[in-house]
Amino acid sequence: MSLEVEPSLSFQNISMEFPDGTKAIADVSFDVSKGEFVTVVGPSGCGKSTLLRIASGLLEQTSGTVKVDRSNIGYVFQDATLFPWRTVRSNIELFLELHKIPKSDRAEIIQRSIDMVGLTGFEDYYPKALSGGMRMRASLARTLTLKPPLLMFDEPFGAVDEITREYLNEETLKLFSQEKFAGLFITHSISEAVFLSTRVLVMSARPGRVIASFDVPYAYPRDPSLRFEASFADLSGKINEALRSAHT
Amino acid sequence: MGGRWKTVIPPMISVFVLLGVWYGFSARLKPSRQFLLPPPHSLFTKAFSNSRAREEILSSLILTTELALVGLLIAVFLGVSLGLLMYRFGWLERASYPVLVALQAVPILAISPLMTVAFGYGFGSKCIVCVVISFFPIPTNLLLGLKSVEPSMHDLMTLHGAPWRTRIRKLALPNALPYLFTAFRISAGLSVIGAIVGEQFFQQGKPGLGQRLIQYRVLLEYERLYATLLVSSLLGISVYLFFTVLGKRLTYKWHASAS
Repeated sequence: MSLEVEPSLSFQNISMEFPDGTKAIADVSFDVSKGEFVTVVGPSGCGKSTLLRIASGLLEQTSGTVKVDRSNIGYVFQDATLFPWRTVRSNIELFLELHKIPKSDRAEIIQRSIDMVGLTGFEDYYPKALSGGMRMRASLARTLTLKPPLLMFDEPFGAVDEITREYLNEETLKLFSQEKFAGLFITHSISEAVFLSTRVLVMSARPGRVIASFDVPYAYPRDPSLRFEASFADLSGKINEALRSAHT
Repeated sequence: MGGRWKTVIPPMISVFVLLGVWYGFSARLKPSRQFLLPPPHSLFTKAFSNSRAREEILSSLILTTELALVGLLIAVFLGVSLGLLMYRFGWLERASYPVLVALQAVPILAISPLMTVAFGYGFGSKCIVCVVISFFPIPTNLLLGLKSVEPSMHDLMTLHGAPWRTRIRKLALPNALPYLFTAFRISAGLSVIGAIVGEQFFQQGKPGLGQRLIQYRVLLEYERLYATLLVSSLLGISVYLFFTVLGKRLTYKWHASAS
């Protein structure tokens, strides 16, 4: 028996009903622990993003309990949410300003984050001069500066092209191995889900509930060619099946 | 090269067309009525070349510029404060919009007699006309800019526990900057109009451009009248350009409007 470790995030019987009567989530329970990368897939509008908003405290659930330390949560949004009037460097610095990190310590922390996502040399660029993929990288760098133990991703790579997305996935995994955060990722791409995760959860159409859970057996680091292996396709097929049943 | 000509030629054409129309109308008037619209060059041969006219117009220009700047400064101060307060307190927005719209819609002519009772015929009243006329775009545009922040950026600030003061300073206000400069640009032009209108209502004190316009019309000095008009427009154009350049300088690095 191993020692019981408190999960980084724990949803216990979470339900969410919006004031207009929309039932977004019904009785969702699962944990995300350190070393885990959990991805939630599901049809559009099934309340996947709502789950993240509840976990981060942006939204309060109607019933159920969330156990999470909100003092330092990493949250990567659908769009890069970089402030257009700030350079890459200054966008990252924003988080340090908000958390009152002394000025003298900032340069080093910022440079570390920028190097980590491979944006070295683009420190003084404004977001409008960067490509979509580079903006997402900057957004990742900003999120990682404060070394959050829990990192949540709200369909972050939906707006970039296929190959850029694959690169960003590989980047994400590299950061996951390096920074050792617990990951909770929302997407509707099955291959993205399998490639990234230790576990994939499938949610049903609204009101969203978890209808299937798949463990992903591959060890990290994962090679990009993993995507084309037979067992990867097999697992993707099973998730696809579960997802199809979720649509009805 | 080609790009440069494309930016220079069209405005030049419109200036020439305008001058052509002016000459055309002037030439078609009966000689006995030509004084009503003297040809453009006579502004220089009969008004600007006359040292007395020049001095009159110049001293008036200085007075009017002062008045417009003071009015604009007050409008900017009040407008920015009101815009920020309306953003912070939703009820204040709902409360002040009818008043703002009314202030904008009520003809200034109708309330000028009331103003003379309260503020007299001098600088104070002129200034108030100027402020009333140039005020409106500032709070409304600022509020629009403050409110048009991406919701996810607000979420970001919420996640990091930013108090509203930080939120305004680091997010809403920079976001509103391009909107604010659009407002300053419009208001600057309006403040010149406001100053001239104010001077025409309240004629006490040394004559500004507004008083000159009336004076020259009464004296049938139409060349000087048109010369004064020209100077007034140039004043309006200069303040407009000033804020355009300043706004571009401050936002060109990051804002989409600057190409």
